[in-house]
Amino acid sequence: MSGAALIDRDFSVPDIRCAGCIAKLEQGLVRDQRIATARVNFTEKRVHLSCVPDAEIPDLIGAFTTLGFEAHPIGKGPDEADGGAESSRELLRAVAVSGFAMMNVMLLSVSVWSGAEGATRDLFHWLSAMIALPTVAYAGRPFFRSAWRAVRHGRTNMDVPISIGVLLVCVMSLFETITHGPHAYFDGAVMLLFFLLCGRWLDSVMRDRARGGVTALLKNMGTGAMVVEGDGRTRWVDATAIETDMVMLVAAGERLAADGVVVGGVSQIDLSLLTGESAPQAVHVDDRVHAGTLNLDAPLRVRVTATGADTALADIARLMGEAAQGKSRYVRIADRAARLYAPAVHCLALMAFAGWMIVGAGWHHSLLIAAAVLIITCPCALGLAVPAAQIVAAGELMRRGVLIKDGSALERLAEVDRALVDKTGTLTLGRPEAIGLDQLDIGIKSLILALAQASRHPLSEALTRGLQSSDVRPAEVTGLRETPGFGIEARWADSIVTLGRPIATGLGDALATELAVDGRPVATIGFADQLRPDARQAIEALRSEGIDAMILSGDRAEAVAPVARELGLTAQTAMSPQDKLAAIDRQTALGHRVLMLGDGLNDGPALAAGHASIAPGSASDVGKNAADCIFLGDRMMPVVDSIRMARKTQRIVRQNFALAIGYNVIAVPLAFLGMVTPLVAAIAMSGSSLIVVGNALRLKRAIR
Amino acid sequence: MNGLILLIPIALGLGLLGLAAFFWSLRQGQFDDLDGAALRIFVEDEKDGTP
Repeated sequence: MSGAALIDRDFSVPDIRCAGCIAKLEQGLVRDQRIATARVNFTEKRVHLSCVPDAEIPDLIGAFTTLGFEAHPIGKGPDEADGGAESSRELLRAVAVSGFAMMNVMLLSVSVWSGAEGATRDLFHWLSAMIALPTVAYAGRPFFRSAWRAVRHGRTNMDVPISIGVLLVCVMSLFETITHGPHAYFDGAVMLLFFLLCGRWLDSVMRDRARGGVTALLKNMGTGAMVVEGDGRTRWVDATAIETDMVMLVAAGERLAADGVVVGGVSQIDLSLLTGESAPQAVHVDDRVHAGTLNLDAPLRVRVTATGADTALADIARLMGEAAQGKSRYVRIADRAARLYAPAVHCLALMAFAGWMIVGAGWHHSLLIAAAVLIITCPCALGLAVPAAQIVAAGELMRRGVLIKDGSALERLAEVDRALVDKTGTLTLGRPEAIGLDQLDIGIKSLILALAQASRHPLSEALTRGLQSSDVRPAEVTGLRETPGFGIEARWADSIVTLGRPIATGLGDALATELAVDGRPVATIGFADQLRPDARQAIEALRSEGIDAMILSGDRAEAVAPVARELGLTAQTAMSPQDKLAAIDRQTALGHRVLMLGDGLNDGPALAAGHASIAPGSASDVGKNAADCIFLGDRMMPVVDSIRMARKTQRIVRQNFALAIGYNVIAVPLAFLGMVTPLVAAIAMSGSSLIVVGNALRLKRAIR
Repeated sequence: MNGLILLIPIALGLGLLGLAAFFWSLRQGQFDDLDGAALRIFVEDEKDGTP
């Protein structure tokens, strides 16, 4: 082994499913000379490689392919994801510290409650203070920061009463300790922080997990292209390093990394992610091609004319920025509750203080009562009410193949009452599927499978998929050879069989392939984009949930009409991204809350603008980034499942709020009367939190 | 009272030990891949490098 420094690379491998995959990858990859170590992260579906610096990305991807896995390089700078993980880790540390402090302060408090007196009680109070005060200073920071931010902007949120409550309680308890008083609420303050931090941490974990899933799905990050050098050699160039006037070699089945002009080759390009158009477009030399489109047929040489921010995508990105502003104005349910709750709590505490002052209890006693009111009303259960329910729901949905990006997405999803649906790739599968395979002779089918499974061409893959699902066994062929741009050839018995582009060209631009034996055509198979298997069922289920759907498509009317008729939907066709935005605005103006379902780049702005949005896992990266939720797989029912789940979650959240308020209705009068000792506060607080969490766990068996 | 002087530091010390151990394991990345850790028990070690 040479002493050259190894470099680290991360790959996202969505197909890691079991222990076998871990073993296969970790042990198989290191057999490649260039790879020193491989480590699988199962949770994030990633593989971390240490490899020699001159290992090219395609070679590494090839190493995955030989093991039977599809891998996508992950770019170097996932700053956002790291930031999220870092903040979760910070919260987890705060949870651990406050949990430790809570247990130890509680240990001391129990001794006090069970009758410690005099010097012992003072000692225990001092010890509690020594543990609690640093803990509050450390673990309370997330709340203090957020409360300070809110106050400085003249707003209020849940964190303002929390911060005031905790600080006031600490000061009062310290004073009580110094003056040898009987009641110190250090345990209450620390316990409050612990429960609230648990809620925060759950919220943050949920966001991280979804973000990890989304990152694993994003394919374009860190992609690139094979670039042809002046001397004819090719070299892999990262997408960020591609410059204009480079010549890219784009293989069939590869997505273009930059805009350009074709300088060599003839092929068909799938534009569906860019425009929603389902029919592929034939391209010849001198035609313009765009980044993000898929080369279907034959290798192309493309001279790059624009990269990165200059591509046709830049326009869409600008529209998306504007569209997303509406969503950022959405106020989460917990904050809406806090708007009412925070002033009420402050008033109550003030009234308690004033009331006891008027009856002449002295300012020390009155302040103590006010502190008790604050700590008892502090939204401990409220802080857990929302995240506990949402993380259970998100976990349950993730098991069904739906990724929810954050809690606010679940809340917005519960409110939608109108669905606008893109056609290509959303209602349909967005990839060519072979038509009429059933009508073929079994012998022909096995011959086709034998040829098709040897190729990674998109049409061959569609054939393989279609035939394997109907239990066809491949025929025995020898001497398989693939000619890019034409097809596959092999020897079968005494004949030469070919599977490739039809010789007769009476089919226009429609995708088709032909099986020929000794040059004589035997069977021609057409390809078309098919509806998702349960699209009709899903649309009907949406309707029964009170959500009417409508198709917004960028495709031509002739292509949309059959789909619309099949599903019984109205449709608007040939829409640009701006048109889709306008359609959403119109519905919003009518008072509807719009659920946008879409996948393409052209849906990006609409996905960002919708009140809530869902994209399939096969969507463009832009689509996946803009959408609130992503569903995996070919079936569409997960969309309906997630809406039902979101509504159930919302119901549970409301119940939790009701529980928390009910608890306050009982506890606040007691606190007012000065009957809430630290013991009562501790029991009330932990009791209400447990009830709220228990209620949230009911969601686990909510969808069936 | 004498017992307390001994017992309270022990109780706190043990608690702190647990906290330190938790932080240590967090930094070691033991919580990075919780689902994978559960599956790794099924992975057989392959010392000789042959399939």
